[in-house]
Amino acid sequence: MKNLEELKSAIKKALPDLDLVMGWTDSYDPLHATPHFMRSDEDIDKLRVDALSVNNLATYLPSLKGKKVGIIVKGCDSRSVVELLQENLINRDEVKIFGFGCEGVVDQTKIRRAAGDVRNVESCEISGSEVTLKTGGSEHKLALKDVLADKCLTCRYPNAVLSDEFIGPELEAKAEFSEGYTDIEEFEKLSTNEKFTFWLGEMDRCIRCYACRNACPMCVCRDHCVAQSREPHWLTQEDHVREKLMFQIVHAYHLAGRCTECGECQRACPVDIPILMLKKKLNKEIKAVFDYEAGVDSEATPPLLTFKGEEQKIKEKDW
Amino acid sequence: MPVLEGKELRIVGFLCNWCSYGGADTAGVGRFTQPTDLRIVRVPCSGRIDPMFIVKALLNGADGVLVSGCHPRDCHYAEGNFYARRRLEVLKRFLPFIGIEPGRFEYTWVSASEGQRWQQVVTGFTEQIHKLGPAPKIEGADAEATLKLLEAAL
Repeated sequence: MKNLEELKSAIKKALPDLDLVMGWTDSYDPLHATPHFMRSDEDIDKLRVDALSVNNLATYLPSLKGKKVGIIVKGCDSRSVVELLQENLINRDEVKIFGFGCEGVVDQTKIRRAAGDVRNVESCEISGSEVTLKTGGSEHKLALKDVLADKCLTCRYPNAVLSDEFIGPELEAKAEFSEGYTDIEEFEKLSTNEKFTFWLGEMDRCIRCYACRNACPMCVCRDHCVAQSREPHWLTQEDHVREKLMFQIVHAYHLAGRCTECGECQRACPVDIPILMLKKKLNKEIKAVFDYEAGVDSEATPPLLTFKGEEQKIKEKDW
Repeated sequence: MPVLEGKELRIVGFLCNWCSYGGADTAGVGRFTQPTDLRIVRVPCSGRIDPMFIVKALLNGADGVLVSGCHPRDCHYAEGNFYARRRLEVLKRFLPFIGIEPGRFEYTWVSASEGQRWQQVVTGFTEQIHKLGPAPKIEGADAEATLKLLEAAL
């Protein structure tokens, strides 16, 4: 990030009034950045913001309710913050938002596929449009656009939609709404049977670690999640593809009209199940029926939490 | 072997207590003939129906699910079916995406006096499900393969 120093000094100025500020810092290897909770000036000096700063920090906000918290957000993260505000899960006067124009983040799976063994990465440099990896004695040069996360390729909100301080220049959106959903439309063309087989095959790999749920900023039930509640007993502990598929549908449906497509669920998945597709499909339909996008307007009510007497796009006596 | 074995399919109906359940009752009292594939679950209001009821039924072997409530603006609890309408519409558009034929789930409105309409709805829906045939069942892990894995692990 070009304006990193400017961001750091803005945080240093704000820190005395806050309990902590959330950002990213170096992780166990050069290929990863990790969430970073800054409480002192030394912490702020360790801040890094680049294409490896993938984690959506809004995930931590609901559990920090009651504290004064600063948060650094990319465009997609800021939509999660807005959505949390809409649902009164956090208080506006308790969060200070540092926004910037995000140029995209990398997808570790794509890097792994391109570079092979990335267990012992010695160095990783991202400059301009190229990623240079040194691993196991060999060097890999990858084009940044080949390893960017899919969500970044069709990003509609690169700039934070809501922020107290915006650092650096604003960027232009890369795509329109419809362009972000071409993959969903492609998939819809398959036959019903093919789709069913596809999902059963994908879900078969699920190990029910619930990482997708824990990484999701909108999954706020946590300890009361239906996946683990015994009363009502929605899901058994059985290792059966039916239970796994059921869980993912529950997850997707609880996010209907709320999901901001930050892609954390899919990133967190250790077995690379394309679960973001389920959420994107719901978002596409929500847009079609209610002309609504989650996390854009902090005053709006999510469409499934409200209704209209006369629905414009729902046929009443269809059946 | 039961007489109807193979001729009936498994259809689950979620009916609201105040309108559609009454409507089905009216149809019964009026002695309108209707197919018997439908198993009715009576709920206080269509707003009580969590879309997960429907998904759970479909994934666990139901061949079709029918939801019926009071006509919009006629809800006993004033606004339950307005919320239901939004949820069910989104679910209806979502189900084909995971590979469940669109016709296996329908939602509709039938009032307590509409015995005739109930007869049409239930007959039409049953016919539609019979046309689609039994739903593909989700097979569990192959028992023998599991046994082999277990033996290998021991």
